[in-house]
Amino acid sequence: MDQNRRDFLIAGGRLLVLTASAAAAWEYVLAGTPEQAPGYQTSAHWWAMSIDIEKCIGCGNCVRACKAENDVPLEPYYFRTWVERYRIDPADLEHPHVDSPNGGYDGFPAVDPKEAGWKSFFVPKLCNHCAESPCVQVCPVGATFRSEDGVVLVDKDYCLGCRYCIQACPYGCRFLDPRTHTAEKCSLCYHRITKGLTTACCETCPTSARTLADLKDPKDPIHEFLRTHKVQVLKPQMATHSKVYYNGLDVTVR
Amino acid sequence: MPSRWRDYEHLLRMAGLFAVGTTVFLIAQAVLVPADFGQVGHYRTGALDANRARPPAFAGQAACVDCHPDVVEARAANQHKGVRCEACHGPLAKHAFEGAKVVRPDAATLCVKCHGANPARPAWFPQVNAAEHSGGEVCTTCHAAHAPRIG
Repeated sequence: MDQNRRDFLIAGGRLLVLTASAAAAWEYVLAGTPEQAPGYQTSAHWWAMSIDIEKCIGCGNCVRACKAENDVPLEPYYFRTWVERYRIDPADLEHPHVDSPNGGYDGFPAVDPKEAGWKSFFVPKLCNHCAESPCVQVCPVGATFRSEDGVVLVDKDYCLGCRYCIQACPYGCRFLDPRTHTAEKCSLCYHRITKGLTTACCETCPTSARTLADLKDPKDPIHEFLRTHKVQVLKPQMATHSKVYYNGLDVTVR
Repeated sequence: MPSRWRDYEHLLRMAGLFAVGTTVFLIAQAVLVPADFGQVGHYRTGALDANRARPPAFAGQAACVDCHPDVVEARAANQHKGVRCEACHGPLAKHAFEGAKVVRPDAATLCVKCHGANPARPAWFPQVNAAEHSGGEVCTTCHAAHAPRIG
């Protein structure tokens, strides 16, 4: 009887170990080798963007280009990038008037002349491609992630559409695609930047207020820009390590 | 010794249940988790390729310059030299790579998108109230789009 029990335990233990290792091995067999884009080394890049508020003219080119490039639904008004207009009454600096008619898609109507003297400027917004992104942290299935080259992406085939990431984003950069019911956001034109092109918004910005930047490229003008300008990120107190750097950002911008 | 066997029996049952549970978990994990999940991070490696798969709608300035060096030259000495072609002409990857026809942008609505007077625009940027400036005349009547400065 003793002998039988020992045999049983040994056999059971072996079975357990074998099953576990077989399952682990099978996972690697199924996995194969990771796909590589030709001529693009993920680890050689760390993508970011610089936005110069002093150059933004609020033409809405970026918004229109983004929708055309990325097949963003025209209506209802969802955006991967949009432009906000801030108007600050000198008598009430704490409470700026912010508007963004259709996200800036049709441009901005000139404001009432009686508001002359107000400080007024445009703020283009997009996903901040945070290095420590809250949206990535809350995704229950790993459908949103920060790639090795610093771009926060959505795996549309794997997304459940639970909307946690939409709530988690402190910048309001995400929406649920009404056609697929999956999370949708700026991909920093990942299909373009991995082919050596710039993003659609940067391509069409007439004043070069927006510039795509590769922080791992020592020759990128971003390094000069960061040295010579007083740049800020949005909501630094959230510790998201945002990589969209604004020059000339007013303190009231949230 | 049947009595001792009975002492251990409940432990063995639990161990058995644990083993079955572990096995079911491992099999379910192997079946349900995508094959390429977790290779480079907590995501599917294939998602990178899925994001790369979209064909570009904007061809990029290099493609424009390749075929139209004359326009680059015409713009080289004036304010519009820094504006990339597709900023005004729209997405032209189909034109550049598949030879699709190009529709000329409508100057009546295009120019004022950037140059219409707006207090929120930076003061250094040239802007006009079109109605006062030209009395509703289309900008290109006087200004050449690729070389807008007059005189």
